Amino acid sequence: MAFKIIVCAKQVPDTNEIKINPETGTLIRDGVPSILNPDDANAVELALDIKDKYDDVHVTVVTMGPPQAQDMLFECLAMGCDEGILVSDRAVGGSDTWATSNAISAAIRKIGEFDLILAGRQAIDGDTAQVGPQIAEKMDLPQVTYVKKFAITDDMKTITVERALEDGHEVIEIQTPCMLTAIKELNTPRYMNIAGIYNPDKKITVWNAADIEVDLTTVGLKASPTNVFRSFTPKPKGKGMMLAGDTEKDLAKDLLIRLKDKHVI
Amino acid sequence: MATNFADYKNIWVYAEQRQGKLMNVALELIGEGRRLSRDISEDTKVCALLVGNEIDHLAQECFEYGADEVIMIQDELLANYTTDGYAKVIYDAIVEMKPEIVIYGATHIGRDLAPRVAARCNTGLTADCTRLDIKVSNYIEYNKANTTLNTDTLDPNDPDTGIKQTRPAFGGNLMATIICPRTRPQMSTVRPGVMQKIERMEGATGEIINVKPEISASDIRTKLVEIVKHAKELVSLTDAEIICSGGRGLGDASGFELIKEFADKVGGVVGSSRAAVDAGWIDHSHQVGQTGTTVKPKIYFACGISGAIQHLAGMQTSDIIVAINKDPDAPIFEVADFGIVGDLYKVIPEIIKEWDNAEELHDHAMAK
Repeated sequence: MAFKIIVCAKQVPDTNEIKINPETGTLIRDGVPSILNPDDANAVELALDIKDKYDDVHVTVVTMGPPQAQDMLFECLAMGCDEGILVSDRAVGGSDTWATSNAISAAIRKIGEFDLILAGRQAIDGDTAQVGPQIAEKMDLPQVTYVKKFAITDDMKTITVERALEDGHEVIEIQTPCMLTAIKELNTPRYMNIAGIYNPDKKITVWNAADIEVDLTTVGLKASPTNVFRSFTPKPKGKGMMLAGDTEKDLAKDLLIRLKDKHVI
Repeated sequence: MATNFADYKNIWVYAEQRQGKLMNVALELIGEGRRLSRDISEDTKVCALLVGNEIDHLAQECFEYGADEVIMIQDELLANYTTDGYAKVIYDAIVEMKPEIVIYGATHIGRDLAPRVAARCNTGLTADCTRLDIKVSNYIEYNKANTTLNTDTLDPNDPDTGIKQTRPAFGGNLMATIICPRTRPQMSTVRPGVMQKIERMEGATGEIINVKPEISASDIRTKLVEIVKHAKELVSLTDAEIICSGGRGLGDASGFELIKEFADKVGGVVGSSRAAVDAGWIDHSHQVGQTGTTVKPKIYFACGISGAIQHLAGMQTSDIIVAINKDPDAPIFEVADFGIVGDLYKVIPEIIKEWDNAEELHDHAMAK
């Protein structure tokens, strides 16, 4: 029987490329490329690594977003995943992490059987790290977050992982089925390959809210327990003083005098 | 089923402990929780939630850092953190005692635990907050001083006592304030190093409420095999008074030898930009910024750091920022208090040489 892996992934704007319009204080999104969220790429790589090492492993990537999120699913297929599923519906738009986890969990139930659910630790647009654990909660699965090393027994039942801590790590044993979230230390995601792109057996399915049979009172903006009250940009800190001096020694001395004057040294 | 908000009372701080020692962020959050509780009402308490085994000794520290009450949940099965074990006993206690607000440190453990507890409570959770407000008047004041938000639409006398949770998004490019208007408790995780501890009140005490958890071994579906502390020097960026940070401008990994020498001289800790970590020059634990550690030292020396917005998000509230960079147009100079355009390999050795003479130099300069 196939070992079934579901990877939860998100298409995100490349935040390195985002600029602020100084006039309006709003984000300039035009021309900002959308990418597979970096931590999610590590989750995809882990799934594909398991697929490389063991027979009969099936990898499904599931995401939620606008129709163009299919581009990211194509990327995952080109990396080697078997199948992509996009949940796309206005009814799920504006979902916070609680509502998002309800929608993704409904999609996972629709997919049916699975042995392992993987996700990235967090997405670079929101940085919340909440959706993975909240899916695990909705699916009543045990979880390990911040996974940086992974091993599985040959019977595919027992997983041993290293979970990163601020000053070290924990070694944790967990049984399938379970949810793991990946960090970048786990692996190096592979590139897309042509064979992956042109495989006619691979398909992307788009589901709407009715398809996943989700309770509409648990998804979307209105159902979300958190709301954005205000959003704004930080005020740039006033430009400080550029020190001038003929030599490095003069500059160093001038700096130390000024630091002393501020009573910080 | 509508939640009756009046049933929910007090602010809980998850007082994270590991191996019988409180995390610094727990004390920071007790301090913040205390300030917030007084803004809600006179009889709103800040309660430290302690979960573990054989941790009675930690209650005193919580009281001395401002907790009005300690809620103590102890069991052999809770000796070490597990998602299942801790989420269960905390959820049960929340259902029983109904706190109005629960805040957790945004540590690797807090960010594992809080989403599960919040989802089980079917309530909202706001991640990685850097600012919390109860009073709209305080929120207005904060925004006037620090942000571009137009505060004219806010009423300083607004009687709403819901928590306004402010956090960075999009790599720190944007700030958002999140509210949780329809469900209770309201929950946040807060970045370590951002909130202020109160001054320790030696000998302070309060009521300890012992909660007997209902937990059995079968509730815990993971097995902790081992906890490994990394032998490498502990980098405590969040506690550092001085941070000497290096970036891409160092040129190569050996540049951190100079940064280390600099840090040793000034009694500081070595930090880095993401670029230096990505280049493999230094370990991630040194990284300052949106995806690293948020810091607020007395002096932040940015050496060869251009100042990407993600980096600025993690250090721009430092008391004094000194930037040393070859490129006069580097964005780091926009936030620096003192900027030096020059070769860091020439400037830093001079600062090291003159460091001990600072007082003399200052007196001499003042006398002129």
